[in-house]
Amino acid sequence: MKRTLLSIALGAAVSVAAVTAASAGTLQDVKAKGFVQCGVSQGLPGFSNPDDKGNWTGIDVDLCRAVAAAIFGDANKVKFTPLSAKERFTALQSGEIDLLSRNTTWTATRDTALGLNFAGVNYYDGQGFMVRKSLGVTSAMQLNGAAICTNTGTTTELNVADFFRSHKMQYEVVAFEKADEVVKAYDEGRCDVYTTDRSGLAAQRLKLKNPDEHIVLPEIISKEPLGPVVRQGDDQWFDLVKWTLFAMVNAEELGVTSKNVDEMKKSNNPAIKRLRGVEGNFGENLGVSNAWAYNIIKQVGNYGESYDRNVGPKTPLGLARGLNALWNKGGIMYAPPIR
Amino acid sequence: MTEKQHKISFYRTEMLPPKPPPPATTGVLGWMRENLFSNWWNTILTFIGLYIIWLIVSNFVQFAILDAVWEGKDRNACLPKNGVEVGACWAFVRARFNQFMFGFYPVAEQWRVNLTYLVGIILLIPMLIPSVPWKRLNGILLLVAFPIFAYLMLYGAPSLNLPIVETTRWGGLLLTLVIAITGIVTSLPLGVLLALGRQSKMPVVRLVSIIFIEFWRGVPLITVLFMSSVMLPLFLPEGVTLDKVVRPLVGVALFSAAYMAEVVRGGLQAIPKGQYEGAMALGLTYWQMMRLVILPQALKMVIPGIVNTFIGLFKDTSLVSIIGLMDLLGIVQSALADAKWSTPTTAPTAYLFLALTYWFFCFGMSRYSIFMENYLHTGHKR
Repeated sequence: MKRTLLSIALGAAVSVAAVTAASAGTLQDVKAKGFVQCGVSQGLPGFSNPDDKGNWTGIDVDLCRAVAAAIFGDANKVKFTPLSAKERFTALQSGEIDLLSRNTTWTATRDTALGLNFAGVNYYDGQGFMVRKSLGVTSAMQLNGAAICTNTGTTTELNVADFFRSHKMQYEVVAFEKADEVVKAYDEGRCDVYTTDRSGLAAQRLKLKNPDEHIVLPEIISKEPLGPVVRQGDDQWFDLVKWTLFAMVNAEELGVTSKNVDEMKKSNNPAIKRLRGVEGNFGENLGVSNAWAYNIIKQVGNYGESYDRNVGPKTPLGLARGLNALWNKGGIMYAPPIR
Repeated sequence: MTEKQHKISFYRTEMLPPKPPPPATTGVLGWMRENLFSNWWNTILTFIGLYIIWLIVSNFVQFAILDAVWEGKDRNACLPKNGVEVGACWAFVRARFNQFMFGFYPVAEQWRVNLTYLVGIILLIPMLIPSVPWKRLNGILLLVAFPIFAYLMLYGAPSLNLPIVETTRWGGLLLTLVIAITGIVTSLPLGVLLALGRQSKMPVVRLVSIIFIEFWRGVPLITVLFMSSVMLPLFLPEGVTLDKVVRPLVGVALFSAAYMAEVVRGGLQAIPKGQYEGAMALGLTYWQMMRLVILPQALKMVIPGIVNTFIGLFKDTSLVSIIGLMDLLGIVQSALADAKWSTPTTAPTAYLFLALTYWFFCFGMSRYSIFMENYLHTGHKR
């Protein structure tokens, strides 16, 4: 019964999405209303959260701003809709938001059955383990018989089950509803291991009494590619969001930053010329001005700048680049060339 | 002999002045002796109770006041000092206070919110004090003029030189109060009408009221909120989007109206049949009878129930945070996500602040209801 209801709801969702997409291009709508409506999380450290002054900050937020910069040449022409995990897809399907940039894992179901398109990956996350240094554990393979703190009813719990079963190890789950409760329980020693996404581990670690006494184990037991999502069936908008992200990654690869982008005008490197919009008309092909990438880099920065500002080693989160480093620096962040 | 006997026997010619009662039975000491230490068993219980209170209060004072951090710019202020955990991180609440109160309402426009509060309080206080005259005018101003004023002020009207502030920017205590007050103000009259409808002799009216009440009472508020935010947008025609704040506003109001209707029905049923018959014998019409005879008695009796529903409604508004609205609870939780402030004590402090804020409002309502009950106790006080 539940299945049937769900599929009916999804069917309705998909058909509505199709209707919305067919009627008018999102880009035209966005240009007409003068701002991008961007769905973000209600608060996830480093990804999207309001700062003391009420401005949204984070790596997901930067992507929204970059899209606005590409379209309007003004990164502030964006409005944020905080969304819970449950309502995020409906908000996108119903046209309430134009773009969903809310630490959403790219999965087959979401990409196909929900009528959505993932426009790339702006953060490669994965589930990890945190333990006390005093345990002397250096690998997740040594966790046989451990008590594991985690959130209830998330894929985190399932991933742990898969991991321990495939390695024929025993474990015991201590599950809580809220992240704050989980970290409290772990800090009080009710369990040996705390598991969640690695970006989450870094954020929750700050709430521990003595963060230095804990280490994150090297194993990553799940793939969580997080990326921006758009409605299926609007290729122009899809392309724009996709290339906004690519432009940020390409800019980092070419060494173009928000600080030196003006000087780069003189650069003889043809790739930089194309990125800056001096050569070719890539912007026009996307339906925006040729200075689109310049505006993104000037106002938001390249991918590396956004990463360092929000989650990088100098922030309280202190996440090393890891998988998110550029492909030529040991990571897998790779963007097709602009040409 | 007789004279002698007279001299021996003794009787008073004037009364003794009254002596003060034994010191052990009066004053604080006497009260304690009577109520706390009347026998060895009660004495033990008293000491156990005192010990428990001491544990709670001393820890609370230690955490919230003595060890608390009052000033600081970021998490470094609230981190454990030399391995000793600090108390409440009030610096965090102070840094975010404006956000907790107004959400993302633009700072330059916040005077509009304050002015709305001020006008609301000025209109509400004379309404709450029974001896102040012009109740009718006051009521019309408060229930008709004020909502229009509040809407214009909070949402804005370009023609009045008030820039529009979208409801997505509303948040914090402002949003909580908007939802709660709208719910309270609409649910009472709607609830009274539904209660009367349920008792009506007209079958259609009765049936509609029963279906309405039983439907809304039969679904949890969370379901209503989810339906309004997840399903409703899919059913609406394309291009039509209902405001994100209006959806739960309507949901909460209808939901509490159903509960209110049942509370009021309880009052109506407690009125003896003689009252109805007497009123009808006087030749009053249905509405006159209800307005002049039945409802004043019925509503008076169910004041505790009505206020109970109000308080429940006020606290239920915190559920809107699960559909992505930044009410007081939602904004505090999103503020907790800021890595700049995350420390071991930030979350407990923020929740303590939340609890105190909610308690302040609920306790206020509760005290007023007790005052009103005493004021209107004529003839029913036991």
